[in-house]
Amino acid sequence: MIDRLNTVARRVPTWVVYIVGLLPIPWLLFQAQTGGLGAEPIKALVKELGLLALQLLIAGLAITPARRYLRLNLIKFRRALGLLAFIYVSLHLLVWLVLDVGILSQIWADILKRPYITIGMAGFACLVPLAATSNNFSIRKLGATWRKLHRLTYLAAILAGVHFIWLVKGFQIEPLLYMAAILALLVLRLPKRR
Amino acid sequence: IGLAGIAGRTSAAPEGLEPNSYEDITSYNNYYEFGTGKDDPARYADRLTIEPWTVQIDGLVDKPGAYGFDDIMQQMTIEERIYRFRCVEAWSMVVPWNGFELADLLNMAGVQSGAKYVSFETALRPDEMPGVAYNVLDWPYVEGLRLDEAMHPLTIMATGIYGKDIPKQNGAPLRLVVPWKYGYKSIKSVVRITLTDTQPPTSWNKANAGEYGFYSNVNPEVDHPRWSQASERVIGGGLFSKRIPTLMFNGYEAEVADLYAGMDVSKDI
Repeated sequence: MIDRLNTVARRVPTWVVYIVGLLPIPWLLFQAQTGGLGAEPIKALVKELGLLALQLLIAGLAITPARRYLRLNLIKFRRALGLLAFIYVSLHLLVWLVLDVGILSQIWADILKRPYITIGMAGFACLVPLAATSNNFSIRKLGATWRKLHRLTYLAAILAGVHFIWLVKGFQIEPLLYMAAILALLVLRLPKRR
Repeated sequence: IGLAGIAGRTSAAPEGLEPNSYEDITSYNNYYEFGTGKDDPARYADRLTIEPWTVQIDGLVDKPGAYGFDDIMQQMTIEERIYRFRCVEAWSMVVPWNGFELADLLNMAGVQSGAKYVSFETALRPDEMPGVAYNVLDWPYVEGLRLDEAMHPLTIMATGIYGKDIPKQNGAPLRLVVPWKYGYKSIKSVVRITLTDTQPPTSWNKANAGEYGFYSNVNPEVDHPRWSQASERVIGGGLFSKRIPTLMFNGYEAEVADLYAGMDVSKDI
């Protein structure tokens, strides 16, 4: 079973992941224009983009444990997942900035005064250098530093999880499940004790 | 269930307020007993049994008891009230409610002189309400008003929208509407009204006292700890709708500010 999956994965070119991963963008925009996102499409769009980013981050975090524990090798898709996550976080932020808040003074006040937004921004800031160095040239140039730098993903994922937990009202289960997945995937990559 | 027809005077008729579409009002709801998503209530609330429906009115009243919904409707005068509705989440609508003044209902039960507050309770039906399987809030949902707020002519029990029976996702068969307070004060599907001499607990205050006060009056100058309350988005404007400034007491300052004379509305939230 795993062998067969590995064979399939070897044959699928990475551009397929990019194309499939970008499909939700036109779909969401179409839905937003045609009422598919409900009576308040801006908030819905912000939420959907944020959820996709979080899911892609989690998928990226799952690659290493999948290889270690399941011998499933999807490592060649990891860059695509990471870059797609960055694209969705950027769109999430952009829609919030331009369509949701739209008032320049309030944007800045929100970033500084609202802890969940501050944390979300910090998570985004973590992802910027990672996206900028997600290319072969940077890997060659940075060497061992590249690996260390890209551990920032762990921090970004935790910040994203906290951001989600913090923004909902009441005791809601969905953000906690995302956080549990993130923490589980981080624990799974702790060095094995011998 | 009686028809929530439009009749009689239209008081507090707003100055050129444009009501939201029936579709917007009935598809974008917070009713956590049916789920926390905005579309969950419209999707699941049809499970709620609203016939028969009784409202228990008790506490400091002359005639406590279980009042049948139809009996109540026979004695009340239904009128249309077009009100702004401002959610604590910084969105708003304009809703053409049909209903009667809460004061009329309370007077029917006979408010005793010792009563100072009114507490309300929503139906709790685990078999019909998928959301109550999760402890998002401490069920049943409860709310409360000071007696003078409850007796204010702007405070109504809504039984209809656009002249039709109020849909279940909007709090059928009868719900409170207090237009100068954040929407969560306007408790839905009321099964119990109790007159008390002490300030009753309220659900969101119990869940997070730092974010939701007892009064919860709309106030653009007092931010929610996690977001600004200075502006709001009117639902239904599409992808490029702009926020509008939020008004003090949601635009009902002239009518209700007297209720809070002597209080510091920036502190006693």
